[in-house]
Amino acid sequence: MTAPVSISLDVNGERVDALVLPRLNLADFLREQLQLTGTHVGCEHGVCGACTVRVNGEIVRSCLMLAVQAHGTAVETIEGLSDSGEVADLQAAFRDRNALQCGFCTPGMLMAAQDLLKQEARPDRDRIREHLSGNYCRCTGYQAIIDAVETTARVRGGRRV
Amino acid sequence: MTIASANPEILSELDRPNSYIGKTMPRPNLERLMQGRGLYVSDMEAPRMGQVVFLRSPHAHAKIIGIDAAAARRVPGVIAVVTGKELAEVITPWVGVLSHLKGLKSAPQHAIAIDRVCWQGEAVAAIVATSRAVAEDAAEVVRVEYEELEAVTDMRTALDPATPVIHPALGDNLAFERNHDAGEVDAAFAGSDEVMEADFIFGRHTGVTLEPRSVVADWNAAEERLTIYQGTQAPHMVQNIAALHLGLQEQQVRVVCKDVGGSFGIKVHIYADEMATYALSKLLRRPVKFVADRVESFNTDIHARDHRCKGRIGVKRDGTITAFEIDDLTGIGPYSMYPRTSAIEANQVVNLVGGPYVTKNYRARARVVFQNKNVMCQYRAVGHPIACSVTEGLVDLAAAKIGMDPVEIRRRNLIADDGYPCASPSGLRFELLSHHAAMNKLMAMMDYDALRAEQAALRAKKVHRGIGIASFIEVTNPSAAFYGVGGARISSQDGVAVRLDAQGSVICQTSITEQGQGSESLTAQIVGSVLGVSMERVRVISGDTDNTPYGGGTWASRGAGIGGEAALQAAKILRRNILNVAAAVLQSSPAELDIAGNAIVNASDGAPRMELRELARIIYFRPDTLPPGIRPELMATRHFVPREYPFAFTNGVQASWLEVDTDTGFVKLLRHWVVEDCGTLINPQLVDEQIRGGVVQGLGAALFEKCIYDERGQLTNANMADYLVPMSGEMPDIDVGHVVSPTSETELGAKGAGEAGTAGAAAAVANAVNDALRPFGAVITEIPLTPQVILTALGRI
Repeated sequence: MTAPVSISLDVNGERVDALVLPRLNLADFLREQLQLTGTHVGCEHGVCGACTVRVNGEIVRSCLMLAVQAHGTAVETIEGLSDSGEVADLQAAFRDRNALQCGFCTPGMLMAAQDLLKQEARPDRDRIREHLSGNYCRCTGYQAIIDAVETTARVRGGRRV
Repeated sequence: MTIASANPEILSELDRPNSYIGKTMPRPNLERLMQGRGLYVSDMEAPRMGQVVFLRSPHAHAKIIGIDAAAARRVPGVIAVVTGKELAEVITPWVGVLSHLKGLKSAPQHAIAIDRVCWQGEAVAAIVATSRAVAEDAAEVVRVEYEELEAVTDMRTALDPATPVIHPALGDNLAFERNHDAGEVDAAFAGSDEVMEADFIFGRHTGVTLEPRSVVADWNAAEERLTIYQGTQAPHMVQNIAALHLGLQEQQVRVVCKDVGGSFGIKVHIYADEMATYALSKLLRRPVKFVADRVESFNTDIHARDHRCKGRIGVKRDGTITAFEIDDLTGIGPYSMYPRTSAIEANQVVNLVGGPYVTKNYRARARVVFQNKNVMCQYRAVGHPIACSVTEGLVDLAAAKIGMDPVEIRRRNLIADDGYPCASPSGLRFELLSHHAAMNKLMAMMDYDALRAEQAALRAKKVHRGIGIASFIEVTNPSAAFYGVGGARISSQDGVAVRLDAQGSVICQTSITEQGQGSESLTAQIVGSVLGVSMERVRVISGDTDNTPYGGGTWASRGAGIGGEAALQAAKILRRNILNVAAAVLQSSPAELDIAGNAIVNASDGAPRMELRELARIIYFRPDTLPPGIRPELMATRHFVPREYPFAFTNGVQASWLEVDTDTGFVKLLRHWVVEDCGTLINPQLVDEQIRGGVVQGLGAALFEKCIYDERGQLTNANMADYLVPMSGEMPDIDVGHVVSPTSETELGAKGAGEAGTAGAAAAVANAVNDALRPFGAVITEIPLTPQVILTALGRI
């Protein structure tokens, strides 16, 4: 163990200054130090996608990034995206389609889906399945999630559902 | 087959206008989960909370010679290092047996191993520290001296005289054996035109709940009460067991279950490390948190299946199935899991084989053996996928042998839809099933004939696609016959309390729990319908032994059928009570009044008479204005358990359409269909999604999931990168259809739907793969159907 390091970053639009151990990963920093428990930890080695957050606009696995690496960045979590309303339509589509059961994968799933929808206006079902194929869901069988993302893409594209 | 009410003249509560029952409604708890504002146990903190890390055995079987924790105790931040012997002062060991499973035996199991470890991953010490990271640091400097013992890993040789006996006091490695013989099996086989036999192999797999098992145990030494926050499916069971082994009264233990990140049967058990966490809290007089990491989850969450089942079927040339015979062997690890036992699955396999079919000639042997591997126990659709795969695999083999279409042979043998009530060859009682209606619906949904034509055309182009069909029965709504009769204090009844609050809204407290399947929603829908109040004015409280009626929780597909009926009956009583007092206030009679749209209305024309809110105001705040003698009771409780049938059997049929790449051995799932009959559908969307999720768990077992052990009992793929689960890119769209045969045991008529998807999916896939490979003469009776298995069967490797 080495000495704590001072970091400053922007989390969901608020400036955060903190002392962190160099080995602390971003997921644990968000969950334990900032109490932003919407970011979930499922596998702890970058496979399941439950800890997906946005750093400087790009989605990352926060269990694979150290908190010190987030120094000087802008981090956005599910709490931030929910409060800003950025994913309100996606959340509504998930609700209408029952695209979650236990909800543990859902913050990461919403992050990944929003990332796709920002990049591509009209992804088809195969493309959605491919983009979300790094996010485990053990409850839904994925179909409802694909449906909800597809619906959101259509609505955002100005087409009728 | 849609069964109309026996007496359509009498309208039930379900026929009320504006009923939510049968309607797709969004679940009330989704917003919280989607905004990241749920509360899972892994999110919880408490003042003075310590975090526990368990030091786990690297050996599958070893004596513990000594533990030196002195260096670990000196690590700054370490609160305590506790060995098995020290913890045994606080918590007693247990033996996972049930008296109705005659002969079932197991050995005493401790919360932390004392002298000997019996599987790789069994805890040998607990390190409690101010953070998980500090506890892990300290765990690295605990020195444990082991003497490695020979590990029993292959269940096929577990009973051989040369194999060491894992628990010498038990005499041998046989935990349980059941034999069943019904009808005239030998004569039936002798009279058959063909007899087919196969060895079915089922890999060990596990639940991989996305949130690992998590517990916060908080012993309040001043109150002498233990509060356990745990993601569990059975809070009252946890309360009872924790109290029993810590020497407490049930009232000294409160179990709180908030959001649960996946369960699937994994979280219906009580694990040694969870027991240890309760005990550590009591020992250390402070809150202790345990969150399994992913490697621990793979090594200690119960594993499932792990069967080898030899099966035989006799058939006549006209397709009549004459007999079934099975010899099932299953390995359960070193202990029978507590308190539900690890023999239930094999018992279930014996019960369910041949279940959809008419033949009464059935012989079965099931043996359950100990091994030095992680404990194997109940997981979603206990025994169903084994029984379904064996039965349906044999039926397909028979059909192929006599040159009959797989659908046709099933139609000739499935129990007739007007043949109920009746019993299965293993003695299970069926109230009402709908195999033929379900098959007819499936055929229409998938356009079977067109698919067969497409398959033939593609086969000519060397594209190898297959169609697999699997009919099944499913055990739901269990009564005390599962556990209670065997002496386990696992409640089979559930209770619901409903009350009208002072603003005319409704609070329900239910003993069933929510793990994402929609218990909260279905309870609110039922209560809202009966009471005539809108969904947003119904609040459901669950998962708290201090604040809900006593009950079983959510397992074996019982939430809607048992908890839902209790909600219905409780709401009816409250409705009667409300109308009684409303009649007094309005100088009317209860029969002339109804409740609709959050108001008391005229029964005759629906005209509003008084808002519920106003009635509640008068009752709670101005009871002095009520007529003399009126004593309003605005809270009602009802409990329910099925009594006539020990289980509600449901049925269904699945079909898989897939393509096998005969060069690479890869299987591409193209489409999957399910028709299921779970009786009354309370929320069709939730039922469909339960089934889809269940199907995908079955598809995982069919194609990907396997816990791979080496010969020394080491689990070699204990991480999410090496243990494959289905991902969105590989899964097909799944069409779900329904036939509705309500159970007459309840007014609601609901049976369970939680296991159906998992019950039949693997069988449908295996039959489809064999169908695709038929031109090659290859038959595979093993899952997961990995490329290696397929290429081996094809003789390519």
